Amino acid sequence: MGSTITQKILARAAGRDEVGAGEIVTCKVDLAMANDVTAPSAADAFRRMGVPDVWDRSKIALVASHFVPAKDIATAKLMTRMRQFAMEYDIEHFFEVGRGGIEHILLPEEALTLPGQVVIGADSHSCTYGALGCFSTGVGSTDLAAVWATGEIWLKVPETMKIVYTGVPGDWVMGKDLILSVIGRIGDDGASYMAMEHTGEGIRHLSMDSRLTLTNMAIEAGAKSGIVPPDETTLDYVRTRQEIMGRPNDFEVLASDDDAHFARVIEVDLNDVEPMIAQPSLPSLSIPVSTVERRKVDQVFIGSCTNARIEDLRMAAHVLGDDRIAPGVRLMVIPATQRVWKQANDEGLLQRFADAGASVSTPTCGACLGAHMGVVGPGEVCVSTSNRNYVGRMGDPTAQVYLANPAVAMAAAVVGEIVHPDEVRNAPTSLDPAVTA
Amino acid sequence: MGRAFRYGDNVDTDVVIPARYLTTTDEKELAAHALEDLDATFVERVSVGDIVVAGKNFGCGSSREHAPIAIRGTGVAGVVASSFARIFFRNAINTGLPIIECPEAVAGISEGDEVTIDAEAGIVRNETTGEEFKGEHLPEFVMDIVRAGGLVEWVKSKGAS
Repeated sequence: MGSTITQKILARAAGRDEVGAGEIVTCKVDLAMANDVTAPSAADAFRRMGVPDVWDRSKIALVASHFVPAKDIATAKLMTRMRQFAMEYDIEHFFEVGRGGIEHILLPEEALTLPGQVVIGADSHSCTYGALGCFSTGVGSTDLAAVWATGEIWLKVPETMKIVYTGVPGDWVMGKDLILSVIGRIGDDGASYMAMEHTGEGIRHLSMDSRLTLTNMAIEAGAKSGIVPPDETTLDYVRTRQEIMGRPNDFEVLASDDDAHFARVIEVDLNDVEPMIAQPSLPSLSIPVSTVERRKVDQVFIGSCTNARIEDLRMAAHVLGDDRIAPGVRLMVIPATQRVWKQANDEGLLQRFADAGASVSTPTCGACLGAHMGVVGPGEVCVSTSNRNYVGRMGDPTAQVYLANPAVAMAAAVVGEIVHPDEVRNAPTSLDPAVTA
Repeated sequence: MGRAFRYGDNVDTDVVIPARYLTTTDEKELAAHALEDLDATFVERVSVGDIVVAGKNFGCGSSREHAPIAIRGTGVAGVVASSFARIFFRNAINTGLPIIECPEAVAGISEGDEVTIDAEAGIVRNETTGEEFKGEHLPEFVMDIVRAGGLVEWVKSKGAS
């Protein structure tokens, strides 16, 4: 029997010819990432492990992303602990506030996550990097510390759920709508412990930005990882980023064998997918926006590792047009990284958001996890482009959070209610600025 | 032996320890807010040795290791659930919070029942009803980490060998 792409990556990293689903294997890690929430505990655990040095200072990334810029003295201290560790062990890829952004957008931009790699991150959304064709998963701080100490991690080889896309995505449909639609079908633990492999002809129509949204939310279905086998879009992106960053490292392009075993196969006809919205308070409570109850909103958040790339901001700007944010609504726009921020600035998007009455901020995870920069109050209704609408996730436990793509989110900001973006604007024919300018 | 605190499916790590408390890594400070957004009175009612019993996908969501540490810090003897989300599962093993996956036990325990657990053997006893349940056995590889006393000790022992 053949192997899945995930089995092939793990076999190579384990120094084996092949590995079977369910086997526990020890794999060599290509990149081990932590952020300001998880790195301090990882640093403590690492020091307790009693090894003299990290296994490879060039394969560790430390990213200031969550409580940044520091929201109070306690979080400033967390940042200090991460910074000190970075200096003490001379960590090559340490991203300070103002020089990085949200790790899951940043590391692909930096060409640090490449096809065929094993990437381990102390953040649950580390599954995002799988859009590049690598195996990537989230762990806790102690697991990550063990990688820093040994360069290896134990993993149970996951079964794979294959999602086969056919057709062409319709108006307003982005990666977010596909993954919300899939999670709605399979449930919040529908892919528990599995790799979600996104494949099929339909995938070709998805930009790299949209693919990163697809794999980002694998964890919201309980999956261990999400992966998109590399194609021309992937290779164009990776090579461009490598050239810009001056990191021409080798990588390996793999694919699942035709006779590989898949635990479950799901088919998605893109022609049938509508813009989706996940209702409070689970991602699986997703329904087409066209069927959701119209409801007044207090806050709209366009940001997070899920939907704050340039394509997302262009889509939001398209829906906004020359309108203003509705009275009684506050809109937070938080570009994911410094690079996205600058590009959006160059394209005039940030100016447009600010002119419309939005709060436009420096990159941070802040609002998504109810940390700062957009915490919601008791009973408030929020439409967010992020990944989790769990009780209390964005602030008060009585707040009601809806998850949607940036077009749906901006439509809510303009109208002041949850509406289909058709009510506000015609769908764009392209999000390429050369076309839309 | 301790009393059972019963909860439902999909208890996510945001309700186990909300992000607003992730400004510390101190076990006692975290424990003071354990399960706060799910059950505001849990921390005042819980006693050392009590057991958290929940449905499927316990610990889903964020990878924050603060979650098992917060629960452990309340003195809870362990968590019995129908299933665990995978990152929480690893974090619990690594930080020494006993967990047992056993849907039958979850079905056979009511709020307030007296329960004893033996995480290493995977055994859950409902002392109130006298029923005993056998949970999912941990893989031998994982048991090695548990026996070593957690991942830090396990790495240390490997380094020494």
